[in-house]
Amino acid sequence: MNFETIIGLEVHSELKTNTKIFCNCSTNFGAPPNTNVCPICLGHPGVLPVMNEQAVDFAMRAAMALNCEIAEDTKFDRKNYFYPDNPKAYQISQYDKPIGENGWIDIEVDGKTKRIGITRLHLEEDAGKLTHVDGENHSLVDFNRQGTPLVEIVSEPDIRTPEEAYAYLEKLKSILQYTEVSDCKMEEGSLRCDANLSLRPYGQEEFGTKTELKNLNSFANVQKGLQYEEVRQEKELLAGNVIGQETRRYDEAGKKTILMRVKEGSDDYRYFPEPDLVRLSIDKAWMDRVRADIPELPDARRERYVNKYDLPEYDAKVLTQSKKMSDFFEVAIEQGADPKQASNWLMGEVSAYLNANYKEIDEVALTPEGLGKLIALIEKGTISSKIAKKVFKDLIEKGGDPEQIVKDKGLVQISDEGELRGIVTGILDENEQSIEDYKNGKDRALGFLVGQVMKATKGKANPPMVNKLIVEEMDKR
Amino acid sequence: MFDKSISELHSLLHKKELSVSELVQSSFDRINSVENKVKAFMTLNEEGAMQAAKSLDDKLGTEDARGLLFGLPIGVKDNIVTKGLRTTAASQLLGNFEPLHNATVVERLQAAETVTVGKLNMDEFAMGSSNENSGFYATRNPWNTDYVPGGSSGGSAASVAAGEVFFSLGSDTGGSIRQPAAFCGVVGLKPTYGRVSRFGLIAFASSLDQIGPITNTVEDNAYLLQTLAGHDKMDSTSANVDVPDYLTSLTGDVKGLRIAVPKEYLAEGVDEDVKNKVLAALKKLEELGATWEEVSLPHSKYAVATYYLLSSSEASANLARFDGVRYGVRAEADNLLDVYKKTRSEGFGEEVKRRIMLGTFALSSGYYDAYYKKAQKVRTLIKNDFEKVFEDYDVIIGPTTPTPAFKVGEKIDNPLTMYANDILTIPVNLAGVPAISVPCGLSNGLPVGLQIIGKHFDEKTVYRVAHAYEQATDHHKAKPEL
Amino acid sequence: MSRITNEQVKHVANLARLEMDESEVEKFTTQLDDIISMAEQLNELDTENVEPTTHVLDLKNVLREDKVQPWLSREDALKNAPDQENGQVKVPSILE
Repeated sequence: MNFETIIGLEVHSELKTNTKIFCNCSTNFGAPPNTNVCPICLGHPGVLPVMNEQAVDFAMRAAMALNCEIAEDTKFDRKNYFYPDNPKAYQISQYDKPIGENGWIDIEVDGKTKRIGITRLHLEEDAGKLTHVDGENHSLVDFNRQGTPLVEIVSEPDIRTPEEAYAYLEKLKSILQYTEVSDCKMEEGSLRCDANLSLRPYGQEEFGTKTELKNLNSFANVQKGLQYEEVRQEKELLAGNVIGQETRRYDEAGKKTILMRVKEGSDDYRYFPEPDLVRLSIDKAWMDRVRADIPELPDARRERYVNKYDLPEYDAKVLTQSKKMSDFFEVAIEQGADPKQASNWLMGEVSAYLNANYKEIDEVALTPEGLGKLIALIEKGTISSKIAKKVFKDLIEKGGDPEQIVKDKGLVQISDEGELRGIVTGILDENEQSIEDYKNGKDRALGFLVGQVMKATKGKANPPMVNKLIVEEMDKR
Repeated sequence: MFDKSISELHSLLHKKELSVSELVQSSFDRINSVENKVKAFMTLNEEGAMQAAKSLDDKLGTEDARGLLFGLPIGVKDNIVTKGLRTTAASQLLGNFEPLHNATVVERLQAAETVTVGKLNMDEFAMGSSNENSGFYATRNPWNTDYVPGGSSGGSAASVAAGEVFFSLGSDTGGSIRQPAAFCGVVGLKPTYGRVSRFGLIAFASSLDQIGPITNTVEDNAYLLQTLAGHDKMDSTSANVDVPDYLTSLTGDVKGLRIAVPKEYLAEGVDEDVKNKVLAALKKLEELGATWEEVSLPHSKYAVATYYLLSSSEASANLARFDGVRYGVRAEADNLLDVYKKTRSEGFGEEVKRRIMLGTFALSSGYYDAYYKKAQKVRTLIKNDFEKVFEDYDVIIGPTTPTPAFKVGEKIDNPLTMYANDILTIPVNLAGVPAISVPCGLSNGLPVGLQIIGKHFDEKTVYRVAHAYEQATDHHKAKPEL
Repeated sequence: MSRITNEQVKHVANLARLEMDESEVEKFTTQLDDIISMAEQLNELDTENVEPTTHVLDLKNVLREDKVQPWLSREDALKNAPDQENGQVKVPSILE
């Protein structure tokens, strides 16, 4: 029997506000434990929440960028459960009136575009952080993260393959970053993802029993976990077994999913309207104000790169995947760099360096101005592309002005014909055999001679000119 | 000393015939002499209060001492947080809790330079009508210590009646200010929902709770509300509505006032003597130029059920934070689930557990629509009842409670009988309107309360009627002998 | 008519993190049953077209400016904690 895979994704993304959702504590990541806390986020007796306007604006902005309908009238609810990182023993969330509903995003897999529905986006508060102490019978709680505003984005069960899931997450992350509502750093927990997967025989309408995957710490692991789960469930079903309603986690080392707990019925969170907060009534003026703050989104940028800068579709897609990279590109070309050259550098040398060093574009010394100038130096013929790579290494590690580096290190290309002709004559004198070979039709000999000249000039000779002069001089002999 | 009004005391202080220290000391003297019988206080703030009094004395006679409440000793119900001063909500679970901040009302009282002499006993987490649910000890009625002072603000009402403080703060979720005020023969106001900030009030039922003043006279009450009322940005449900000058309403003039008397409030179950006292009060108001007519609040009989479903549901969530993790008395256990269960089971009293159970049940999967949501809808009907009556009348008047105070132990074993005692105060909280209880005579030596209910944010008219009635009678002058 | 059973009481007690022995379960079953019977009285009313009241005042859009205001020191924040270690609140491990 053949099965169809059904995947749904639930993404939590922390909003980049200065303060928490219900109090004036900082949301700064990485502060010492329990230093960004107050009686309100600690859930002390008698405290009350007051909604952060920026959090609502950001949630609306995200919902709009994801093509959601915005609720004109929305409210908050209490979700009740006991846990040490949940100080009030209820989380303030949104139950039946999310701020955004019925949205979508387009993803691309194997060159085909597919639309994935977004069921809802709602605003809620994050929990604190519970750390289990290894080998001890206790845990420690840090409430710094408690109350950080969070949006939960739930996809429709439209995703059919782990690859689509990966593409969906990449796209979602890029939209959230473009709209500047979230950092989306999985390693800091500002973006988190739960996935669920079920199988059903082709042609069957109702869904099979789904398993939930939690604690997925990278998009790659979401994809791998889903791939494993897809195969596991298929094997179970083919063996005539029933899929249990389970929560599982992906074990990176073992490359498999492991059962965390079996769900018995649905959890009883006893949602009810939060009496300490009043409703939000979102009128057109408010929506317009928020909409006006949405910057150009990746798809629009991508189109612009193709139409305005003549970039290949592939370049435009890669460059616009990350807002930081795309912003970098835009500044570089504002400095006069040729768009295609800038794109080549960013997708080539720059990306290679970043990947090798696990860095992001804003974490290295290279500036868009620096890259722009570097490209200009090549175009003007001041340096060869080979020299440019040396300069680039300096630029990305230490920064600085490419013109200055070239000058200080004496890397200016030798394009003086008289000077070069002298060097060429000297090299030819020492390599009679190569001239012979060249005349006998061995083209490789020319390459060797060019290499000798470059070596003698420490790579600074203008390569096309060297080529030309060698041929001229050999012809004379 | 304690038969003096705020304005009399103010003038004594102002003329330097009395120092703040003497005044505060007299409060502690009185506490020392009667507290063993009344047990109104949970925690005394003797050192802090005397220190505060001393520094206020330095200001006496200067411009800084002009505030009407300057230097006056006050008691605060123990579910209102006071920075550094133990606040327990009368629960063993919070027996060691020292708040990190002041409630907004406490900040306002401090800005008005009152002196907090201590925290007042109550039913645990404000759940109860007799103070017998205090997790520590029960306050007694100063008029007869075999009787309950009412609840949940029993300590707040008893302390004023016993002359331990001039005034106190209480909180009212279903009658918790008005019922003990009636039982103890003092004046207690539950303001309009949203009139006074709830920030720092340990929540029982967030959509019903309101802090209010308990005093000897209506005038004192108005002085106090003037200080407490107003918008607070820390409480999203506090209304941004202007606070009028309440004192200007104390004219004694009720000519042309239209009073509605709900027939449900004088129906079966209301003690004959109480009924007669209320009718006598209405007659008095008629003499003063008001008119009254019988009306109907048809959904009144559903109020108790509605209230217990809603308030318990909210409470089940509000009290979930008492888990022994961040504060409070944690029970020892070697795993977290047992810490939760033992902390809460040992820390909470029986009534609190009963309400948490009821509320958890009413919100649980499969029952939400039938109980919680149904009650929210009936709440709308009850609220509409009031709005309809207020289209034609200025105030609604009836008894505060069906009977005067009952004996200690009389109702504690039967929750439903206890709940029924709040039948006349509960609808007011469900509708969110303001209401006051003023003394209207004694029945077998125990005070009876007259309840005057007003429109949303119309405390002014409530005060006007209460003051006119009070000034035309001597009931407020009666004091218990201790 | 809904009647409360011992099993329901145990379930609800667990949701509310309350511990009960059998005699307490019995007592709460009876008492909750009484209260719920009283609540059944609300079913006399047709509320089909009635809006539920969550807030008695119709307030909306109460919002706060996104401005940081530090409040507590860590020492104060943990002052009331029954147990702490290295600036964090210490709790026994979860066993579920």
